Amino acid sequence: MAYSEKVLDHYNNPRNVGSLDKADPNVGTGMVGAPECGDVMKLQLKVNEATGVIEDAKFKTFGCGSAIASSSLATEWVKGKTVDEALAIKNTEIVNELSLPPVKIHCSVLAEDAIKAAVGDYKKKQAERKASVSV
Amino acid sequence: MKTPIYFDNHATTPMDERVLAAMLPYFTEKFGNAASRNHAFGWESEKAVETARKQIADLIGANPKEIVFTSGATESNNLAIKGVAEMYAEKGNHIITPATEHKAVLDTCKKLEKHGYRVTYLSLKQDGLIDLDQLRSAITDKTILVSVMYANNEIGVIQPVAEIGKICHERGVLFHTDGVQAFGKVPVNVIKDNIDLMSITAHKIYGPKGIGALYVRRRNPRVQLTAQMDGGGHERGMRSGTLNTPSIVGFGEAAAIAQKEMAEESKRLAHLRDKLKDKLMTELDEVFINGSLEHRLPNNLNISFAYVEGESLLMGINDIAVSSGSACTSATLEPSYVLKALGVGDDLAHTSIRFGLGRFNTEEEVDYVANRVIEVVRKLRDLSPLYEMAKEGIDLSQVAWAAEPSH
Repeated sequence: MAYSEKVLDHYNNPRNVGSLDKADPNVGTGMVGAPECGDVMKLQLKVNEATGVIEDAKFKTFGCGSAIASSSLATEWVKGKTVDEALAIKNTEIVNELSLPPVKIHCSVLAEDAIKAAVGDYKKKQAERKASVSV
Repeated sequence: MKTPIYFDNHATTPMDERVLAAMLPYFTEKFGNAASRNHAFGWESEKAVETARKQIADLIGANPKEIVFTSGATESNNLAIKGVAEMYAEKGNHIITPATEHKAVLDTCKKLEKHGYRVTYLSLKQDGLIDLDQLRSAITDKTILVSVMYANNEIGVIQPVAEIGKICHERGVLFHTDGVQAFGKVPVNVIKDNIDLMSITAHKIYGPKGIGALYVRRRNPRVQLTAQMDGGGHERGMRSGTLNTPSIVGFGEAAAIAQKEMAEESKRLAHLRDKLKDKLMTELDEVFINGSLEHRLPNNLNISFAYVEGESLLMGINDIAVSSGSACTSATLEPSYVLKALGVGDDLAHTSIRFGLGRFNTEEEVDYVANRVIEVVRKLRDLSPLYEMAKEGIDLSQVAWAAEPSH
């Protein structure tokens, strides 16, 4: 299979690889996929509490080159966005940006799911925090 | 050393220059039809075909008359299985084969099932070997054929063919083996191995593509087949069609070279394979060999690099040609059914790589490949959330994964 230049670039120079402290209340962690399916993505966001803007994002991915590229791209795109703007990122935008072939569309879906899961985790943490403060 | 490096010799092999040299005259000046009985052009071709037939027969301890030329092993497997099924339909309708056979065997069996035949698919032991007791108990009065490959194309595991053949003969059942990977690589003898039918092909032994053969036993028992290709009655009526003389000459030459060089070559390849294996296993943790190491082709290594998906590994070593059991690299988008049949989990099947060494690989290439694989596996493990979790002591089998519904 021939990979697009952008997929190759993200594979060879993945952006924002690593992990953030998942115990930090300002960090949201999303883990999607399963080892049996051949893809697992972990995407983490660190949100500035005052502004609601995503300051940092990190990922680690077990999966094919397109899965790695999709998650690498997702971390680039979410940075500087508010959490709600990040939620608006659609998998089709990832498909277009990386020129993914039809058999690799599920990689982009997984990346979108990872963003949603990370934001969901962040929001849940914030809600719990507020609840515990008000108690 | 030149890149890309070819380590996928189970898929096909480059043609040996000596084979090409033997073939060339038969494209141009020696172009006769081997079936032309009344002029020198025909006689010349016929003589070349008969020489090749003997060279191939000699390599497997057969009589030249027992070699039927085909277009390749897929056709040979089809001819053996469908030909026996049709010929012996009055005797029975039951066939036995392991679930790890090549698709040319499995899909042929599936086709026969649609036509009223019954097929038992045997599971394998964890080391990739057939369970002989399971085979014994699967044979019934209706069983006409057992088909078990000599050596597996993915994991290189060599089956106890002689014992399988003995069991079949005791029960009056014919034994077919897909000998593609073993032929020319390890000693094969149709008499000692109790083989009744064997599929072989030229392009896995440094010969041309598009030419293969089926060994069909003539005595004890005399095997009969219903032809699947009708026409001029070539090949003792079992496979009609003008013989492909240049390719047959190449096939014969490739067999003759294998006969001379196999002992030496298999020693050299086993040494290279072991060097590759030792280096990978010393430098990397959590790597697992798939299938028995003891009962294995000398040129095969099938390894799972846990927590590193196979296609991403192939992408990182793009100057090396190998293949993977990962779903992403298969047409069906399913991980290797062979590894699955051995009880290798889907998670590890996705991380498997098959290395197939061959005649033209060098020690320098093995060192290069080992170093590249180690480098890329390390890089991808730094990127792998699974490796990170495993290192934190998390039992991955206990994690509730949020798998995407589309899978």
